[in-house]
Amino acid sequence: MPEAPAGTLYRGREGMWSWVAHRVTGFLIFFFLLVHVADTSLVRVSPEAYNAVIGAYKNPIMGLAEAGLVAAIVFHAFNGIRVMLVDFWSSGPRYQRVMLWIVLGLVVVTMAAFLPRHLMNVFGGGH
Amino acid sequence: MSETTAAPELAAPRAPRNRRSTRTNYELYGWLFMRASGVLLLVLIFGHLYMNLMVGDGINAIDFAFVGGKWSSPLWQTWDLLMLWLAMIHGTNGVRTIINDYAERVGTRVVLKSALYLAFTITVVLGTLVIFTFEPCPAGADPELLASICFP
Ligand code: HEM
Ligand code: HEM
Repeated sequence: MPEAPAGTLYRGREGMWSWVAHRVTGFLIFFFLLVHVADTSLVRVSPEAYNAVIGAYKNPIMGLAEAGLVAAIVFHAFNGIRVMLVDFWSSGPRYQRVMLWIVLGLVVVTMAAFLPRHLMNVFGGGH
Repeated sequence: MSETTAAPELAAPRAPRNRRSTRTNYELYGWLFMRASGVLLLVLIFGHLYMNLMVGDGINAIDFAFVGGKWSSPLWQTWDLLMLWLAMIHGTNGVRTIINDYAERVGTRVVLKSALYLAFTITVVLGTLVIFTFEPCPAGADPELLASICFP
């Protein structure tokens, strides 16, 4: 494959992979949201119906899925800010690669703050 | 790869360009909306996740009474309403772009986009109705399952 001409972002390497990841996470979050609004609507059926369905979110497998969902949101959100900086900040395109590493660093820090608390809630010991 | 393909037709150098490929600016507005809504969604969703997963017992505390407590406050009603609309418009517009990129046949696009807009309409209408018609203290419900605000 020929070398990408200088200055383009979306040809292989970090610029392209971050775009793929942004797309995949956005797509997944959208489908989660459809299901999420549907099961929240059970509060209009009865307290028992809502509690039964939300109870399914409290087992360890779902607990891990929630951790994955949060990771997807956090990446999509921080990378979204990076995309905006590339678009609107005059030096953005020059720093797009550095900013991707900053995004990944912020994702790690945010998850480090979130995971212990959440996993304790999910696997007991937290209460 | 070995066969030769016809060279694409190129305009003569410095020929005046007709840059208008569409009559409207809707794609530009969509592009701007993705960015503006993204900033707001970051605050709304991080706040939502913090309140529902980090505070107190996190996921274990969520039940009908929890929702009853939150949605008896206009702050959280407004919060969730904004989050619902912005996330659904942002997500639907994003998925529309993805469909445009990968579904090459016109028929496939029409089918996928119709399904997308149907899901959008159902979800936004349902979610909005739920927020506005929610009854935190339904008559005759088991008092054990209700929020403390139901027992002043
Ligand atoms: C595992 C993580 C999540 C949990 C446990 C959770 C839990 C809840 C709960 C208990 C409610 C009821 C009202 C309230 O508490 O405000 C709710 C509503 C809502 N959530 Fe989440 N949520 C999660 C993730 C998300 C995400 C990632 C989004 C956005 C993409 C989101 C969007 C919404 C919306 C729009 C509503 C209002 C629904 C309606 O109008 O009927 N939630 N969520
Ligand atoms: C948390 C805050 C969020 C921020 C900061 C954000 C930011 C962005 C930005 C800036 C774009 C445009 C990317 C581009 O034009 O290249 C985008 C695309 C997208 N977003 Fe979000 N977003 C957020 C939340 C969400 C949510 C909740 C959903 C799902 C309901 C979502 C789904 C999508 C999708 C499907 C795309 C299209 C991806 C593509 O075309 O490749 N986003 N987001």
